[in-house]
Amino acid sequence: MILALVAICAPLGDTCLSRGMTTLPAISLAHPITLIAAVFTPWIALGIALLIGFFASYLTALSWADLTFVLPATAFGNVIVALFARFWLHEPISLERWSGIVLITLGVGFVANGPSLTERPAAQPPILSTATDPAAEKPVAGLDKDRIEQEQAL
Amino acid sequence: MIMLAPVAHPGPWAASAMIAAVVLCSTAGEVLTAAAMKSIGDLDDIRAHSGLKGAIRAVVTCPLFFAGVGFLALAFFALLFALNHLNLSLVAPASASLTLVTNAIAGKLFLKENVDRRRWTAAVLVCVGVYLLAH
Repeated sequence: MILALVAICAPLGDTCLSRGMTTLPAISLAHPITLIAAVFTPWIALGIALLIGFFASYLTALSWADLTFVLPATAFGNVIVALFARFWLHEPISLERWSGIVLITLGVGFVANGPSLTERPAAQPPILSTATDPAAEKPVAGLDKDRIEQEQAL
Repeated sequence: MIMLAPVAHPGPWAASAMIAAVVLCSTAGEVLTAAAMKSIGDLDDIRAHSGLKGAIRAVVTCPLFFAGVGFLALAFFALLFALNHLNLSLVAPASASLTLVTNAIAGKLFLKENVDRRRWTAAVLVCVGVYLLAH
């Protein structure tokens, strides 16, 4: 469910952004403030709302799965959008695009059959962890407990 | 003061630079965000124990999360800028495909994830598939 939300919200949000940005005049680096003003146009605002939904689902997925699992698994959204365009909007899909759909489906199948999270030894703290990381404190507490038990046994 | 003229029809170098900016900022943001979420723990468990407010508090009190969001915001504005100058059919497949590969490399290097043959195969298949689908 979470991965499906990630897969659907991201491409729809990007499409809204594209539609919004192509209707605006060309923006130059000399006037970057016009990029901020673009955020308040309707299509860009809708795109941002969809991307907020995507981000909340994405964060939840990243809390229990690896980045290298979540990204290929959620690429299935591209296939959903293509099928949506073919069967609802009746847009033609070339052989090249059907090949892309098959490859993405194969890729998602590959990664979905594997483990979603890298198993780490209990004593190894997570990479790039911070001082506020509660998970990083658990192994230390466990080692202290083992040491106390060994001292009591002696 | 450096004045940059508007790019009406960007050449291959300018287009590559725009796409590279999106890919690099996006990769940095995603790796930092993934590291932040791993350090916080399973959000479903936190929400079950502390409620939605507790889950939100756990996320917004993590400094790595804000570093990740900062880079993702940069990637977002780089994408808006690129979309303003280039076609979606170029920007979307190029940035999405390259980001998958750079994330697999960054995930292995910085997050020490187990990027085995299965995940490399998936990343390459999806990368080529996205390119074919959106090109």
